[in-house]
Amino acid sequence: MIRFIILMLFCITNVANANGNAVPDTMAERVKACTICHNAEGKAGRDAYYPRIAGKPQGYIFNQLRNFRDGRRYYHAMAILLENMSDEYLREMAQYFSSLQLPYPHPEQIQMLPEEIELARHLVYSGYPERNIPACSACHGDILMGVEPAIPGLVGLSRAYITAQLGGWRNGGIMRIQTSDCMSEIANQLTENEVNAVAKWLANQSVSGKPGSFNELSPELVDRCSQTILEHGGAE
Amino acid sequence: MRHGVMIFSVIISYWRNITLPWICGILLASVLLAMPGKVMAGAAEDPGVVDAVDYGAYLARVGNCMGCHTTKGGQPFAGGRRLSTSFGVFITPNITPDKETGIGLWNQQDFWQALHQGKSRDGRLLYPAFPYTEYTKVTRQDADAIFAYLQSLPPVSQANPAHDIFFPYNSRALLAVWRTLYFKEGVYEPDQSKSTAWNRGAYLVQGLGHCNACHTTRNMLGASQDNALAGGQIMGMNWYAPSLSSHLEAGSGDWEIEEIAALLTTGITERAVASGPMATVVRQSLQYLSQEDVLAMSTYLKSLTENDTGNAPGVHFSVISGSLRRHLELGGKIYREYCQECHGADGKGAPGIYPALAGNRGVVMDSPLNVIRSVLNGGYPATTAGNPRPYGMPPFQQILRNEEVALVVSYIRNAWGNRASLVRALDVDQGKGGDD
Ligand code: HEC
Ligand code: HEC
Ligand code: HEC
Ligand code: HEC
Ligand code: HEC
Repeated sequence: MIRFIILMLFCITNVANANGNAVPDTMAERVKACTICHNAEGKAGRDAYYPRIAGKPQGYIFNQLRNFRDGRRYYHAMAILLENMSDEYLREMAQYFSSLQLPYPHPEQIQMLPEEIELARHLVYSGYPERNIPACSACHGDILMGVEPAIPGLVGLSRAYITAQLGGWRNGGIMRIQTSDCMSEIANQLTENEVNAVAKWLANQSVSGKPGSFNELSPELVDRCSQTILEHGGAE
Repeated sequence: MRHGVMIFSVIISYWRNITLPWICGILLASVLLAMPGKVMAGAAEDPGVVDAVDYGAYLARVGNCMGCHTTKGGQPFAGGRRLSTSFGVFITPNITPDKETGIGLWNQQDFWQALHQGKSRDGRLLYPAFPYTEYTKVTRQDADAIFAYLQSLPPVSQANPAHDIFFPYNSRALLAVWRTLYFKEGVYEPDQSKSTAWNRGAYLVQGLGHCNACHTTRNMLGASQDNALAGGQIMGMNWYAPSLSSHLEAGSGDWEIEEIAALLTTGITERAVASGPMATVVRQSLQYLSQEDVLAMSTYLKSLTENDTGNAPGVHFSVISGSLRRHLELGGKIYREYCQECHGADGKGAPGIYPALAGNRGVVMDSPLNVIRSVLNGGYPATTAGNPRPYGMPPFQQILRNEEVALVVSYIRNAWGNRASLVRALDVDQGKGGDD
């Protein structure tokens, strides 16, 4: 069987070379179907907001790609592209996008009232233990750059995207409909005001530093998110 | 002496450019034939000696039972997948050996009755959304092997919702009428005038492979018109499955057998790529075919159009007039801006990476549906052992307006010697949505 495969590969690559149209044998070339929407800056597309994915933790990207492919997170255009892809290839794509070091865009400059800022900072750095809401930073990292391998950063995202994601979890909307995990539980507890404030505040922060390491997470939070960050995300 | 070397290298480079694909094909075939026949290959071997469970696992792949009987990301064979048709939504049943929710209480005879006659264990008539209309050709021995495999799976307790079928199709009495009209029960009968490989191929294509479930036109009652693989729009899916028995569509009479085999198992060749539902068939089923079986299938497919000489594809005009040329040129502009970087100025693409559009049978087919869909949605060929890291086509739905898609599709259907009908914005609109 191995011989068969090698021969097939040989044929495919050789035929390609023979033609003279040299196509770069790189991941960048292979994911052109993705980068038509996803580049260094997130952008508002005709049908949705296309988030930046470069530099996000690998395990997180891999989880999302599987979610889109298997219908646990919904976006039609990506479901079609990913439909017939193996886990191995998705992992390779995740690794590629994760390793991309593109400069981040400037943060947004959204006007905020002082009490909004206060509310957002309280959520981000202290949380509300009595409502079972840990500080966002407890999971997303002290500097909010995410934690390897599967918790994404919260800075460098646009307000529109953050609001849409939190909304998707909260309304049981179509986007992240079937994910029930530590993050969806938290999003479901937030009030409308809190979502607005935290989305604006996060979008106003500039990006610096690197994702934190897994050991920084408290065992209790690891346990709470184990379904998301261990089973799949720890797969690598 | 030097002269000789030069001539030799010229010959080599000529050889590389023109004939390499065929040489590769021949090489491939010889390697395949030289390989010790895998026991699971079927045909030649006596399955009686073989471990029935392994053999059954292989046959279940060929029949792609898992493809329908599994939801996206769900437990294999536990059912629950929704199949939308014009008669309503069918929900596939659980066929793991769970006693309550699956087929754990079934015996070989019950299973044979389902696969061969389209009747459930309790005698209930089954809907042909389960392709028993094709599976009826499967031999008893093969059916028993599939059953042995299914019974060896871990039981999964999963009760699935009932079908949601519109009136009047929800009447099983109507189904009885339908069956007398359209269902012909019977195991495949070999044609003694043909080779063993041809017969094996016909058995697989007409039976377990159930190619005719998609590659056919269905009448208002959902019955396929014949078993001629004549092509048609797939029910409940906005895709056109081309005719495999006409050289105007996806007939392969003028292809080498090895090239057909490469398309079926890797999903891509120099001249074609399996996309959409066909990519799914390749990923879930065909890529696992044994070498003998894929060559047999290809032998049979090739024979379907070997003697087919018809008119050139639906040409609607032979000479391109000045005004038409100007119209097409609007599409040419879009092509150069968005498409040329991959498919090339000459429309030849990069073989095995970016499909050629020049001379591509899928592009000039009468029905422009699949081409429109490709441009709207983009896509990746299936990841297979032979093509594990495919290159992709971006969607353009979010960038081009319907009118622009119509222009560029009309252009590629009439550039580089291609000739096919023009496409309107309305056609593009109809290419949107329709499946999930
Ligand atoms: C038509 C535009 C489009 C294309 C093409 C596209 N995406 Fe996306 N992508 C989106 C949108 C919109 C979202 C956000 C969906 C949502 O809100 O849930 C997204 C989300 C994502 C996410 C999750 C980001 C996060 O932070 O959670 C990843 C990862 C991703 N895409 C990767 C890819 C890859 C890999 C490809 C190519 C195979 C691709 N996308 C192709 C539009 C696109
Ligand atoms: C208990 C740990 C935990 C806490 C606390 C937490 N998150 Fe999360 N968050 C996660 C995980 C895990 C994910 C990834 C979910 C997934 O894989 O789908 C996530 C994802 C997100 C995303 C999606 C990012 C993207 O790129 O798509 C947003 C937005 C988000 N969280 C916001 C917040 C905010 C705001 C807070 C504080 C109010 C918060 N999170 C608190 C664990 C946490
Ligand atoms: C194209 C989709 C499709 C494929 C492929 C398919 N099935 Fe099914 N199958 C169905 C549907 C739909 C039903 C339900 C029919 C009904 O209820 O009338 C069904 C019913 C069945 C049943 C009857 C179950 C019962 O409880 O009565 C069995 C057994 C079965 N399939 C086995 C198989 C096997 C074995 C294969 C592969 C050789 C296979 N199926 C491939 C769609 C499919
Ligand atoms: C689920 C529906 C479905 C089934 C089952 C199916 N096909 Fe297809 N097939 C399609 C569609 C749709 C296309 C057109 C898209 C394309 O060109 O790849 C297609 C295209 C093809 C092509 C032409 C590819 C090209 O681009 O030139 C061949 C050859 C083919 N199918 C062979 C088969 C064979 C052999 C079987 C049975 C083993 C089969 N198909 C089963 C849906 C199906
Ligand atoms: C980044 C490279 C790239 C670009 C740009 C691109 N394509 Fe493609 N194209 C591909 C790949 C890869 C495939 C195979 C996709 C698949 O299997 O679903 C493909 C498939 C197609 C097909 C189907 C061919 C077949 O045999 O089924 C058509 C038609 C097509 N492209 C037309 C276009 C047009 C028109 C444009 C510009 C609007 C375009 N492409 C832009 C890479 C590209």
